[in-house]
Amino acid sequence: MSDIKKIKDDYIDKLNTENNVDKVNNIKSELFGKNGIISNEFKKLGSISVEERKKLASDLNNVKDELQNKISIKIKEIETKEINLKLEKEKIDVTLPERDIKIGKIHPVSQVIDEISSIFSEIGFSVEEGPDVENEYNNFTALNTPDNHPARDMHDTFYLDNNKELLLRTHTSPVQVRTMLKGKPPFKIIAPGRTYRSDSDQTHAPMFHQVEGLHIDKNINMGHLKGCLNYFIKEFFEVDKIKMRFRPSHFPFTEPSAEVDIGYEIKNGKIVIGEGDKWLEILGCGMVHPNVLKNVKVNPSKYQGYAFGIGIDRLGMLKYGINDLRAFFETDYRWLSHFGFDPLDVPSNYRGLSR
Amino acid sequence: MKFTVDWLKNHLDTKFNNNQIIDKLTNIGLEVESFESSTSELDTFIVAKIINAKTHPNADRLKLCDVDIGSDKTIEVVCGAPNAKNGLLTVYAPPGSIIPKNQMKLSVSKIRGVTSYGMLCSESELLLSNESDGIIELKNNKYANKVGEKYFKNTSEKVIDLSITPNRPDCLGVRGIARDLSAAGAGTLKINKKSNLKYRGNQNINVTIKKEKAQGCTIFGSCLIKGVTNKESPKWLKDKILSLGQKPISAIVDITNYVMFDLNRPLHAYDADKIDNEVIVRSSSKGESFEALDNKKYILENDMCVISDRTGVLGLGGIIGGTRSGTEYSTKNILLESAYFLPRSIRKTSKQLNIDTDAKFRFERGIDPLSIEDGLIKASELIKQICGGEISNLDVKKIDNYKKTIINFDPFLFEKTTGFNVENKELIKILEKLGFDVSKKKKILKLVVPSWRPDITQSIDIVEEIVRIKGYEHINTSEPIKTRLKPTLNYYQKLFHFLQRSVASKGYLETVTWSFTDSKINQLFKENDEEIPIVNPISSDLNVLRNSIFPNLLFYLKKNLDRGFKDISLFEIGPAFKGKNPGDQLTVIGAVRAGKVSRLSWNDKERIVDTFDVKKDVIQSLCEAGIDKDDIVIDDKTPSYYHPGKSGGVYQNKNEKNALAYFGEIHPNIIKKLDIKTEGLVIFEICLDYIKDSKQKIKDSKSEYKFSDFQKSERDFAFIINKNFKSQELVNIIKSVDDKLIKSVRVFDVFEGENIPEGKKSIAVNVTIQSEEKTLNENDLENINKLIISSVESKSGAKIRS
Repeated sequence: MSDIKKIKDDYIDKLNTENNVDKVNNIKSELFGKNGIISNEFKKLGSISVEERKKLASDLNNVKDELQNKISIKIKEIETKEINLKLEKEKIDVTLPERDIKIGKIHPVSQVIDEISSIFSEIGFSVEEGPDVENEYNNFTALNTPDNHPARDMHDTFYLDNNKELLLRTHTSPVQVRTMLKGKPPFKIIAPGRTYRSDSDQTHAPMFHQVEGLHIDKNINMGHLKGCLNYFIKEFFEVDKIKMRFRPSHFPFTEPSAEVDIGYEIKNGKIVIGEGDKWLEILGCGMVHPNVLKNVKVNPSKYQGYAFGIGIDRLGMLKYGINDLRAFFETDYRWLSHFGFDPLDVPSNYRGLSR
Repeated sequence: MKFTVDWLKNHLDTKFNNNQIIDKLTNIGLEVESFESSTSELDTFIVAKIINAKTHPNADRLKLCDVDIGSDKTIEVVCGAPNAKNGLLTVYAPPGSIIPKNQMKLSVSKIRGVTSYGMLCSESELLLSNESDGIIELKNNKYANKVGEKYFKNTSEKVIDLSITPNRPDCLGVRGIARDLSAAGAGTLKINKKSNLKYRGNQNINVTIKKEKAQGCTIFGSCLIKGVTNKESPKWLKDKILSLGQKPISAIVDITNYVMFDLNRPLHAYDADKIDNEVIVRSSSKGESFEALDNKKYILENDMCVISDRTGVLGLGGIIGGTRSGTEYSTKNILLESAYFLPRSIRKTSKQLNIDTDAKFRFERGIDPLSIEDGLIKASELIKQICGGEISNLDVKKIDNYKKTIINFDPFLFEKTTGFNVENKELIKILEKLGFDVSKKKKILKLVVPSWRPDITQSIDIVEEIVRIKGYEHINTSEPIKTRLKPTLNYYQKLFHFLQRSVASKGYLETVTWSFTDSKINQLFKENDEEIPIVNPISSDLNVLRNSIFPNLLFYLKKNLDRGFKDISLFEIGPAFKGKNPGDQLTVIGAVRAGKVSRLSWNDKERIVDTFDVKKDVIQSLCEAGIDKDDIVIDDKTPSYYHPGKSGGVYQNKNEKNALAYFGEIHPNIIKKLDIKTEGLVIFEICLDYIKDSKQKIKDSKSEYKFSDFQKSERDFAFIINKNFKSQELVNIIKSVDDKLIKSVRVFDVFEGENIPEGKKSIAVNVTIQSEEKTLNENDLENINKLIISSVESKSGAKIRS
């Protein structure tokens, strides 16, 4: 017995000072290998008396457990040490720059078009489009603006031929004409797109964007027009209350016609929409003129409804504090990065119109 | 349309104050553009304070003064006044001011070698007194807080400027505006006083309106006024003319202008002695000419309405008079014209000759044809009053009679259109005040439209009149109707949306550029498309519709490179025009990428952007938009603006005619021509119209979910193959060996040169083989390997590398 104890104590001491996994493993085989010390002790058991064997076997087993336990603890201990040491060496400076991030952006006009489409989608409008090049009939005549009518002077038109037959559309209203000619009432559409007028200064660009709206059904009246625009403006500017004013005006293709102003004030050099006592004109609208309905083969005694036209660029400027219209179209990298939107920022109802 | 409140009150009895009038005008559709005092020459004189007065370095008698004029910086003024001293408050005139005493315009000048910005004024220079010994000394207690403010109060009456819509010619005269206001409850329209003008003798210049097909005049009224003394207008009249923003000329001209703005009744005064015998109203013949009152000579086309005498053209009826018969101070006898010209004729002529006058502006919108006499009487009275003379009987020649417009109006249409109700009584009152004759026939109102309202022809016009006078604030705000008739976006609109955001998410900044471009740049990109010139471009470098998005995109890329940016990714989604007819356009994405990847990276090697960067961007974007990558086929035929060897086309499947996308390097010649300075430039384009609508929603097109759990094996092969052999072909050959077992083929190495024969290249591919039915044993795999090698060798002429 004392032999065994001595062996145990010796090896425990040995293991305590050992720092190398291989050497610990050597000790392990020294003890428990085929001819290991402990293994040999077990072999001796066969040659002693039963009584002694019982006692010795039990002692031997205890020593075996203790040593094995010690060995596995030791190995774990050394391994942990080694890993810690390795990790220490592998430390990098994580404040070094990451690989290049290229951040793309969506142009404010596109973003605003998506915002507008999202809002009108909520109240059942679908999106229609029309070509940028139009004929004179769709752009003017069908819209109750005959040739030699002074209202044509309100539109400085780009022409593509000397007969003034083909032109760049001066507004999105020809989409009304196309939509109604190819379908049957009811109609409930918006039509965003590029529009063109041949003037250019700080507040006018030769190309700009409009969104047309059209809702024709059996009993659509001016109250619906007011309700629809009131809803849109509130949603678009993301305010609870909006000060809005309908002012009589004149467009050849609507009657009665109105221009819509919204209230605003300047606070700390920034424009605040929906409050204050200043008025800002933002759109034109009205009840579709019976002459227009007749031109597109819709019976004005059965159907009626409203139409509106909104300047998209203008809305974007107001909402996002952009001062210069011309900058929209000048492709300045700095401007695009500054005013552009993240491509994942898709305006939607459930996620919110804007972040 | 400009006028003063005083002028308005000549026609309107009102208790409204100015602000109430302004609000009312806007609320009934007469939009107020501005309400302010007309500018005066005295506005420039401001209160100033001398901060420091020191002696002029080159002249003992002059002083050099630092003057505070209420702005951030003081300014330096040279002054000869003995009383100029520190702290003195006085009046300062900046350069550009006109000095009342001598009407001289001040400019910045050097006085004895020192620059003087403006001057300090004496009382005599401002015509305040004869005091000229020194500059004005202002009292401290009154002016100390007013430095920088105007010295003279602007006492001229405030002018209302209305923007009148083209349907309202009647409101191009003050009386019409007063009538609208009275209908809206802002006062009572004054009744015109009966004239007690005495006429003597007949208008003895014979007037003929020729009956011609193109005749643009239907009524010509006139009278002679003999023995006048033309002169400067009296102050009240001058003030009226000035308030319109016009210059007084002479009493006679000013009176005709005054009546035009007062009653919306244009008139013309001829010097009767300069008319050769008679007046003939007729259509012009091509080549006739005359000198107009704007001192320009006009050469006429056929069928323009002219007023002529036996010698020739006197003027263009309703547009502009001629110098030959113009009135002057020496004019003794006048022929006064009050006529009706057809709007179409006026508009056509003025467009052809490019003339814009106040008379033209009114006649083309439609003048009251029954106002001929009123205009003659009002102007004659004023001429007699101011210039004396005797007035002949009025002579009115007509070739057409005015026909009343009658509308049978059902008041129900009002509620049906506006959504609210107005009692019949109120409705009738509004219409009567606007000048309608109203009679009731059961439920229907028979309305005679006033002669000054050519815009009103049908019932909906009546609805507008009532609702605008009643006030748009009475219209209810109904809850939006949410009914949907069809989905918000169709397939291509969704595609637009997906691709736009997909490309942006690859690091591209979206831009929006003009739909037009410079023909010189466009021609590099137009391929076989026709050029589409704009007849009246905004400038010569935006003179054609763009056939491609790249002309503008590269133009702006260059601008940004010139700003010092090096690594730039830009794209635009929008129209490219293929012809000049409506609809000849495609929706296209154009994208450019310039510069380097990993520029100045501490851990990656930097490199120039290349074709495979944009190939990745274009393929990934297409996949994200819903196109199956396995269907995509690449070709090397591209438009001529691409580098012929380093560009490709993308097809949705093998047999498609149109490439839905192109990518690659831009042709070096174009970079040179456009003088673009960058290390690398690659582009891609996607044509949305060429992407096929699968017509299937995702819910219908998802195939059955199948996968295999049997062991998969990977094998590498390297082939020596002709240099021009396309890797896509090689991959297809391998896949076709057994498309059930061969799950993927990936090219992982390509090289030429060392150990590879001239004209050949080595391609290494990794092939994944997996069965859906069993685990393949060595034998199976060996068979497939052999098949792959033999197929490739026989179909491509390649040799396996050993």
